[in-house]
Amino acid sequence: MATTFALSVVTPEREALRTDAEMIIVRGADGDLGVLARHIPLVTAIQPSVLVIKTADGEQQLAVTGGFLEVRGDVVTVLARTAERPDEIDRRRAEEAKQRAEERLQERLADLEEGRAKLALQRASVRLQLVEDGSRTAV
Amino acid sequence: MPQGLRDIRRRIRSVESTRKITQAMKMVAAAKLRRAQESAEASRPYAERIEDALRSVAADASASRMPLLRARPVQRIGYVVVTGDRGLSGPYNANILRRLQQEIAGGGEAVFFAVGRKGRDFLRRRGHNVVKEYLGIGDYPRYHQAQSVGEDIVAAFTNGEVDEVRLVYAQFVTAMTQHPSVQVMLPLKTPEGKAARQYIYEPDAEAVLQALVPHYLYALLYRALLEAKASEWGARMTAMDSATRNSEELIHGLVLLLNRLRQAAITNEIAEIVGGANALQ
Repeated sequence: MATTFALSVVTPEREALRTDAEMIIVRGADGDLGVLARHIPLVTAIQPSVLVIKTADGEQQLAVTGGFLEVRGDVVTVLARTAERPDEIDRRRAEEAKQRAEERLQERLADLEEGRAKLALQRASVRLQLVEDGSRTAV
Repeated sequence: MPQGLRDIRRRIRSVESTRKITQAMKMVAAAKLRRAQESAEASRPYAERIEDALRSVAADASASRMPLLRARPVQRIGYVVVTGDRGLSGPYNANILRRLQQEIAGGGEAVFFAVGRKGRDFLRRRGHNVVKEYLGIGDYPRYHQAQSVGEDIVAAFTNGEVDEVRLVYAQFVTAMTQHPSVQVMLPLKTPEGKAARQYIYEPDAEAVLQALVPHYLYALLYRALLEAKASEWGARMTAMDSATRNSEELIHGLVLLLNRLRQAAITNEIAEIVGGANALQ
């Protein structure tokens, strides 16, 4: 059995998940990042991405829309703005959000606005990616 | 005081229906207070972890380049005023606004970010400069609401529109007690204390600090909104409880009066009959 570590995924409004995990994969500031047990203490910002959690019982995925990853000892915390399971995602809403963000990016925008639209697009894409993956494996 | 028996009965009925309403409102307030406390509890792990992370990174990064942490000479102060949208909450809103008035009594330039209708109306009426308003926070504040307030004050602070941001809200002590308080939000003070451990930062400590600081601020604001909401419901519950008790007292007095008058009327009638009977003998 692989060594596990205590993982908790917390959002400002609730604790989304607490489990023992063997490995997690998430997109950090500099690209994808895998964390195994006994990882060196680390703090990094994470980008909107699909958080993959491998546990003894299999694999779970959560859509996280940005936040931070903190590794200390054998406790790993994902501080996420939001964290959703595939069944919690409102697909139509995500599609609409994606379209809205794309439209806004077509217009010429101030830097701040453009940054916001890009982030919104990223968030929506991550949600859609997760529901689409989920439905494919379900079939 | 109403004199006729019928007037008194009508009065009793009316006070009774008022009592029913205040009693129902008290129970609703108690339930919402519980919900608000649960949300506050649920928000704690995130707030604590982000505070921990910030404490360590602030110790490792040079904070001097972070504009949000840097104090500057204060010309204009921005106040975030958190009140309720509705009244019937006892002295809740009035206490916060009184605290605010003490705070701004010294003069000086001030602009206001009004969270809640009561505060906005108050400030407008007095001709204060309300630059932003956030109404309809609802019974259950959400994080994104705190975040949008946070984004606005960060923007105002970075643009130099304000040199300091203070938060005025009612701290929750118990359901009976709320404590109006004023806190400086910006420039942000990083949490004190020694960092728990040494981390590596990706890409580096400054970048992580830069990303972390606004989120810490939003978390603080979110906690304040939740606490203010718990205070509001606590105040409302207490107010409705004493209103219910007052109406009970009032009803008790009226029933006593009613009975006394009724008895007097009966005695009077008997006396008349007896008088009439005696006259016939």
